[in-house]
Amino acid sequence: MTDAIQCKAGDWVEVQRVLLEPADRSKNLPPETAEKPLRMWIKGFAQAAGALGDPMTIETMTGRLVEGSLSAINPGYFHTFGNPIPELVHVGVDLRARLADYHAAQGDAPAGKGGA
Amino acid sequence: MATKFDAIMARRGEIMLAALGMDYSVFEQSPIAFDYEGMMSAHGYSLDDIVGIQTRAGVGHTPLLELKNLTDVVRSMSAPGKGARIFVKDEAANMAGAFKDRRASVSIHVAKEKGYEGVIAATSGNYGAAVSSQAARYGLKCIICQETFDSRHIGQPEIVEKSRICEAFGAEVIQMTVGPELFFHMVELLDQTGYFAASLYSSFGVSGIETLGLEIAEEMTALTGAPPTHCVITHAGGGNTTGTARGLKRAGATDTQIISASVDLSGLHMASDDDFNRKSFTTGHTGFGVPFATWPDRADVPRNAARSLRYIDRYLTVTQGEVFYITEAMSKIEGLERGPAGNTAMTVAVSLARDLPRDATVVVQETEYTGAGKHHWAQLNFAKEMGVEVRSGDPKGNVPGKVIVIPERPEQIQAQDFDVARMRKSYVRNALKNAPEGYAPTAADIAFLAADTNSDAAAVEAILAALKEA
Repeated sequence: MTDAIQCKAGDWVEVQRVLLEPADRSKNLPPETAEKPLRMWIKGFAQAAGALGDPMTIETMTGRLVEGSLSAINPGYFHTFGNPIPELVHVGVDLRARLADYHAAQGDAPAGKGGA
Repeated sequence: MATKFDAIMARRGEIMLAALGMDYSVFEQSPIAFDYEGMMSAHGYSLDDIVGIQTRAGVGHTPLLELKNLTDVVRSMSAPGKGARIFVKDEAANMAGAFKDRRASVSIHVAKEKGYEGVIAATSGNYGAAVSSQAARYGLKCIICQETFDSRHIGQPEIVEKSRICEAFGAEVIQMTVGPELFFHMVELLDQTGYFAASLYSSFGVSGIETLGLEIAEEMTALTGAPPTHCVITHAGGGNTTGTARGLKRAGATDTQIISASVDLSGLHMASDDDFNRKSFTTGHTGFGVPFATWPDRADVPRNAARSLRYIDRYLTVTQGEVFYITEAMSKIEGLERGPAGNTAMTVAVSLARDLPRDATVVVQETEYTGAGKHHWAQLNFAKEMGVEVRSGDPKGNVPGKVIVIPERPEQIQAQDFDVARMRKSYVRNALKNAPEGYAPTAADIAFLAADTNSDAAAVEAILAALKEA
């Protein structure tokens, strides 16, 4: 994650803004959604220098100018696979053993053939 | 007082007319009926034309693989004489990693032909990647509106990955918090930019999926001598089911049973900020599958080309834990590591094949790409962080949003039939509800409703009579 809190004009940044305040939202929402604003985040090139939280205009990939407050500078992606899932680690071993047993019982008939 | 939301939505008709490149009003026949086949063929492309468009766009012609080890796992737990052969169409081999490339390729081709400068789509799924990739190839600008985060700015790893891939293809991605107003912002942007609406639900998109059904019919015939006896389709908005089934029929595979498959997410509200990160699936689930099947015209086009009830023979659901188990199994015994949501149909196929004769052939018609975030481990680790319990056991104990139960043995995988008759009834009720109050359906309306629900006039009349009494 970038620790920068200041950007220069031309830097790749992200801004955020509120699209709809709760009062402006659709009327068909569950209460936990209705009470919150609809927010958006969008990335582009900073049109001026600024610090996190400052009002900022960006030029997006389509060339639109979008205003918001500066929420990230050179934002990256940090999603991953994470740790193996203990409830799944046995699956491969179990199924390979099952296949070996099945094939042995079939007299090693070729796998997956049709017919009764 | 009209809100900002209402103000844009009131102008939605005129904005969409300019953005869709097609006037839907010419197909309307009554407050209920419209000319579905007329709408589907209005673009003027033959199936061969679409194959050509897709071939030039690097889309389609994906491998059809027989899954012999998975078939043998099924046979190891089947009664004598049972255990159908299982095949998969490896749609992850498409350029942007999913069957959605087929859908996007036709829309983007049309946008380019009609001279639009760019395209916009509202999607949190693989469709965003597909539209972004095709737009890059055609040199069009691209905006993807995506429901990404809850109000705390936390998103499922699978969706965050889909933001990344769209941006990798040069799209402008608008990441939003939970709510159906995603479509409001899309309409606002269409109005501002004059771009083409690359809707998931246009006839362009759904026609693009027909080639998948065509390839399955042709390739299975070459491999086994006949089209598949069963085709299992991961089902969300209904386009996958509709397009694949239409393609199979157009290829002459009229006897192939169409089985839609969804992950059961009953109990979770799709517009809930609290439930958003507790779904563990971002698509292929009943939260989209049921509402869109029972009222397709809730979509972002005046008439939805995805009308799955026309084609569904059976609708089977499985639990989250069952799909994660099969996703892991596919890697370990078939060497096929693919994204979890696309394996929903695979999970249903395992349950279905067990009860079918050995000479039956079951085609699972898609896979989707996998990678960091878009992976069953990532989704399960995230579920745990969100307070969802993950444990081993009998998947009957799975409770969406609360407990994910990973099966201990493949025997525990048991798909459940969703009542299609009830869905038909619900669809007819919705069709009436959306007509002016007191409107009495004509004989032509009844014939339309029968076609739209794959039933007959007598069945529709019985539903109408029951609704009148209620």
